[in-house]
Amino acid sequence: MLNRLFPHPLMTFTLTAVWLGLVNKVTPGNLLLGVILGIIVPIVTSVYWPNRPRLRRPLMVAEYGLVVLWDIIVANIQVAAIILFKRNADIHSRWINVPLDLTSPEAITALAGTITMTPGTVSTMLASDGRSILVHCLHTDDPDGVRDDIKTRYEARLKEIFQ
Amino acid sequence: MDLIVEILIAFFLVVSGVFGLVGSFGMIKLRDTLQRLHAPTKATTLGVGGVLIASMLYFLVIKGSFSFHELLITLFLFLTAPITANFIAKTFMQAHTRDEDLPPTGREYGWSLYDDPPNQTDY
Repeated sequence: MLNRLFPHPLMTFTLTAVWLGLVNKVTPGNLLLGVILGIIVPIVTSVYWPNRPRLRRPLMVAEYGLVVLWDIIVANIQVAAIILFKRNADIHSRWINVPLDLTSPEAITALAGTITMTPGTVSTMLASDGRSILVHCLHTDDPDGVRDDIKTRYEARLKEIFQ
Repeated sequence: MDLIVEILIAFFLVVSGVFGLVGSFGMIKLRDTLQRLHAPTKATTLGVGGVLIASMLYFLVIKGSFSFHELLITLFLFLTAPITANFIAKTFMQAHTRDEDLPPTGREYGWSLYDDPPNQTDY
């Protein structure tokens, strides 16, 4: 019964929080409307969410967020420096193949998003069996180092969070 | 007190302006589409981020009310920017990149744009 009412408890919570943020004012009426939306939307869309990702270590999410945020700031400065001070001929762009240990689609999506948002790397596609990810690097002379960075900084943390 | 906050707000606005400008300059300067893709997804993140921090500070200290909208904008930006970049990259590669240009996956199955996935029954 409880399971049918809240097929996706985390989504219910997120939707309520986002609704309160959107109306920008926490009043009992808004909270009620937010909770109603938070209950109805997951029920209506539950067919499209066959698997619920399980967060093993919710607190790690906060740490992961901070690490990524810091890396984004560093990334911005690095990319800005490359754009401004490197001649086009000196920019060595490379493809990097990053083999994945992650298996859950949610974790891989999070990793791909993180790669795109951080230092000079864009994730472009997966291998057809979903076991490695193709990354385009704006400028590097050490492709193996970039690959190891991605694996130790992001993938190891995501693995702890999701698996 | 107000002066310090105003200086901070001005600082964040200038920072975001600079990064927005650099990101746009990168669009002109870099050579191919995949390189150009790096400029707007990165440099502009901090550009938008700076404006949002400045706006939050302004509403919090000068107007005296807390605004959640900036947090939501950050959230939506982080959710949508990688997906847009991924679509642009894939569309570009569909037309301009060949399988041979990419590093091999090192396994039986190649990159998804050029190679069929394993049969569902294999799992």
